[in-house]
Amino acid sequence: MTLLSVQNLTKTFQTPSGPVHAVRDVSFEVERGECLAVVGESGSGKTTLANMILGILGATSGEIRFDGATLPAKRGPVHRRAIQFVQQNPLSALNPKRNIGASVRLGLDTYAIGPRADRWLKVEEALEEVGLPREMRQRAPSSLSGGQRQRVGIARALACEPELVVLDEPTSALDVLVQARVLRLLNDLRARKKLTYVFITHDLAVVRNVADRVAVFKAGQLVELGRTEQIFSAPEHPYTRSLIGAVPVVDDAELELRNKLAEGT
Amino acid sequence: MTRALRIIAANPLSLTGLILVLAIVLAALFAPWIAPFPTHNSAVVDFAYANSAPNGRNWMGTDLVGRDIFSRILYAYRISLGLGIVVLIIATPIGTIVGLLAGYLGGWTESVLMRLVDVFLSIPPLVLAIAVLGVLEPTLTNAMIAVTVMWWPWYARLVYSIARSEREEGYVLAAEVIGAPTTHIAFREILPNCLPAIITKMTLDMGFVIIIASSLSFLGLGVQPPTPDLGSMVAEGARYLPDSWWMTVFPGLAILFAVFGFNLLGDGLRDVLGADE
Repeated sequence: MTLLSVQNLTKTFQTPSGPVHAVRDVSFEVERGECLAVVGESGSGKTTLANMILGILGATSGEIRFDGATLPAKRGPVHRRAIQFVQQNPLSALNPKRNIGASVRLGLDTYAIGPRADRWLKVEEALEEVGLPREMRQRAPSSLSGGQRQRVGIARALACEPELVVLDEPTSALDVLVQARVLRLLNDLRARKKLTYVFITHDLAVVRNVADRVAVFKAGQLVELGRTEQIFSAPEHPYTRSLIGAVPVVDDAELELRNKLAEGT
Repeated sequence: MTRALRIIAANPLSLTGLILVLAIVLAALFAPWIAPFPTHNSAVVDFAYANSAPNGRNWMGTDLVGRDIFSRILYAYRISLGLGIVVLIIATPIGTIVGLLAGYLGGWTESVLMRLVDVFLSIPPLVLAIAVLGVLEPTLTNAMIAVTVMWWPWYARLVYSIARSEREEGYVLAAEVIGAPTTHIAFREILPNCLPAIITKMTLDMGFVIIIASSLSFLGLGVQPPTPDLGSMVAEGARYLPDSWWMTVFPGLAILFAVFGFNLLGDGLRDVLGADE
């Protein structure tokens, strides 16, 4: 079943030096429960796409359909709640002047989820779900590590009980070990809560760990879309091949694969 | 709180400021008990001791009608501090709300509000206050209104600049994506991040408000006799310089200590509040 459907989506920014086509005539669909990775280098339009799905940016043309209904330019609470967001930089994503609990609770208060008296309990459950101790709700963001902050960011998004989560480079600001743990958590949560992810990243090692399908962006256009195994084993577009070729080598098997691909080009 | 005191105590300048401010506040609060001549805060005459230089009876001398200058300074501090507090309590929220809305909402709200602020800021503050007092009668209340009118735009500008940069922070985006109401984002998310700067500025401004209020009454536009005011005492004494120097020097020093104290304390508070980050 299709949860998110993007049809001929275009975003053009008017700049003093002429129009910039950030996203050009992009169409794809995301199935319910699926994780679609959106990859591409910086400036390829990934973040603009994410912002349009989230409703932060309006589209120049084309439409986004969610669960069968076209999303209007001005989103209602039902759609805003259903599509949540995890940001790249966990440092700025939490308000330094509010404690962790207050940040996580925001969605509960905004959408009046559960009776008022139970919301702190719900906040603590949300923290527990992302592997943080309940007592952490009293703490200030400055006392948390990067990985912990990113978990709080995930808890805050999930507290709204969304169906679709847009993750904008959620692990790129973390070190490798923490990255692996956060990815495992994200995989767990997706299975447990039947979530759908749009996972924006430039890190192909991450893609391989989380994505069912991969959408490759270049200069605002969707150049290739396919199942993850297929993209890695038999990339069709030369740009995809060059992206895969640019991943730092991890092991011999990968090097072998890389060489095979290089012969193909 | 104890941590704040430790940071202030570690810096001799901040500590000086804290001690000066405490001394002034206590002096103002307990003026009726500390002042050797508590009745001298009004239209009393005591010609037997008129125009006497500092001595054992009148530590800072007396004015032309024999009133004790030390006692009058203590009472004048009450007026100055009271005026400063009232002005800041009114000006700060107005400026903060204007700056917050302009900084967070942007667009035409920002253009309209900040141009209005610019209009106020383009007029020299004292001239603006004099103009307001020229239209209104020169009384204490009107002096407060005049100073408030010239003061709030500075807070609007301060909060505006912070709110504008905070608007780009991830936590604001997160709250927007969640769909939190605008008032929540402005007042509960962004405002707490402006508070350290606002509190620091309020402390620094206490000194400046006292100077401006004193300047107004020096010009005869503020507090009217016989109520003691530091500015009008300086103005009155200035006519008898240099012979009766004590009439100007002591009220002048009183202004100096107040401004100095609040400034040093303000700098100290900046260290304390900045250390939070």
